[in-house]
Amino acid sequence: MRVLVPLPIALPLLAAGLSMALHRRTQAQRALGLVVLSVNLAATVALLVRVDGDGPIAVHVGGWQAPVGITLVADLFAAVMLVVSAAMVLAVLVYSIGSPRTADHALFFHPLYLILAAGVSASFLAGDLFNLFVAFEVMLSASYVLITLGGTRDQIRSGMTYVVISLVASTLFVTAVGLIYAATGTVNMADLAGKVGDLPGPVRSALGLLLLVVFGIKAAIFPLFFWLPDSYPTAPTPVTAIFAGLLTKVGVYAIVRTQTLLFPSDEGGSVLLLVVATATMVVGVLGAIAQDDVKRILSFHIVSQIGYMIMGLGLFTVAGIAGAIFYIVHHIVVKTTLFLVGGLVENATGTGALRRLGGLLHRAPLIAVLFLVPALSLAGLPPFSGFVAKLALVQAGMDAERYVVVGASLVVSLLTLFSMTKIWAGVFWGTPDEEPPLLSARGAGHLAAPRLMVAPTAALVVISLLVAIGAAPLYDLSRQAADALVERTPYIQEVLGP
Amino acid sequence: MIAVLALAVGFLYAMGTYLVLQRKLTQIVIGLAIMGHGANLVLLMAGGRAGRPPFSGAGSGFADPLPQALALTAIVITFGVAAFLLAMSYRSWLLRHDDEVEDDLEDRRIARRAGGSVEGE
Repeated sequence: MRVLVPLPIALPLLAAGLSMALHRRTQAQRALGLVVLSVNLAATVALLVRVDGDGPIAVHVGGWQAPVGITLVADLFAAVMLVVSAAMVLAVLVYSIGSPRTADHALFFHPLYLILAAGVSASFLAGDLFNLFVAFEVMLSASYVLITLGGTRDQIRSGMTYVVISLVASTLFVTAVGLIYAATGTVNMADLAGKVGDLPGPVRSALGLLLLVVFGIKAAIFPLFFWLPDSYPTAPTPVTAIFAGLLTKVGVYAIVRTQTLLFPSDEGGSVLLLVVATATMVVGVLGAIAQDDVKRILSFHIVSQIGYMIMGLGLFTVAGIAGAIFYIVHHIVVKTTLFLVGGLVENATGTGALRRLGGLLHRAPLIAVLFLVPALSLAGLPPFSGFVAKLALVQAGMDAERYVVVGASLVVSLLTLFSMTKIWAGVFWGTPDEEPPLLSARGAGHLAAPRLMVAPTAALVVISLLVAIGAAPLYDLSRQAADALVERTPYIQEVLGP
Repeated sequence: MIAVLALAVGFLYAMGTYLVLQRKLTQIVIGLAIMGHGANLVLLMAGGRAGRPPFSGAGSGFADPLPQALALTAIVITFGVAAFLLAMSYRSWLLRHDDEVEDDLEDRRIARRAGGSVEGE
């Protein structure tokens, strides 16, 4: 069953090559993407079942043993992330096939999209720091092209910011890898877990901080988030949705992985993470309140939500990390859905600016419902998935007696609700200040939405409801994953041998 | 040798950082490339002292090959992305006949609120 581990990387990568060869045959490219990503989803589910039963699985690619060779490790946390990301990638592909005016028709959308999927999987599975760097680069190179796919002036402007900031982060990452190798003589994470502890305190802190900055830029935590709200909204909707759902969370995943495996539980790190988490939550949500465009509001909310995940990690308790994992799962589903709904609105009306929209509740009730569920979930209202996730985090915070960050998280929830109602009031109620051309051209009747766009969005809404209904088993799973992260030994033993 | 290399790394990072902070796209691209060279040198130095043979049959007397493999990978990646960046700045020049990085949306808004004139509108 070890063959399951490299599959989520190998399948999309091979398919990307094939898809490149099929260029100009859009139908074949679409079919290939759908088949491969469906198989990929099935493989990741099988992997999750397997890992849940037998513990972590490590594969030494090419037969070179750790710590020298390339190691792929699937533990419970990685397997959960793989399943969620595989589901998102598939749903967004269906959406992009269904949407009439998007990047789907661009020549290289499909191969790039598959490479992106492979890069995301590789980041989750990477067992050493350098492979994590390579996986990041695979993912980012694809994302550079996807974000500037249209080549318009806006996309180039904001894409430039995105590429340059990512490149600076990558350079710092290489530097960190070099320094870590110089200090310990290894880049394998399981091996490092034993060796980093022997380093002198200041060196360890410096390396930990450097990695935190590197992943912090990718994850868009305060004060390294400024590139995100400017670059995401200009890309085509399916691209923005998948970036919003997955890319920043890969950064969060890397932070969780390195902080728990390499730099576990030191008091200074915990306080630093909690301060960063609070600032990220507050600044993100304040930024969102000041915006007046659907996609820009949602982009600032990504930043704000990252703060919750970092808060769970910063508590450094099993409950806290379990809450963070649950939150990541909930957030990926809900955030992707919200961006897809934003795309539905733009597709129906031609704009995402709040002052030009209004009254969609009567003209497109289905879109309104599809927006309402994830929006309330994002704000953390019961009975939706966000409520369970926030409850888990708040309880963990109370248990750890970190009252300031808990208080901040509750206030931020309220402000999130406020800015969601702002979208609701702007888009679905009232009348627009100035009607957009596309909307007035369509008369006063009912607004139709392409079925292939609505279906995946609705499917994701259902998944987010399932996350809420199945909260108990899913939280147990998160708890087990957090247990394994804190305990470390099974992971290390699986990679290095007993 | 190791001191010279360390100084070179510091110099490359300083120069790269200075160039990345400029407003011209070409300067930023060159700055990133120079910073990448600095990072690759760090990787190379992580392998131990300079001056050892790259490979030899006898014992442990040769240079550590792993950092060199890492540096090679990093060089290829930097090269590819630099090519993409250059293509992008060329596209930007085609669209605007200007090499400067534009203000972002928030900057423009703040400038408008402050009553100043906004460039490029």
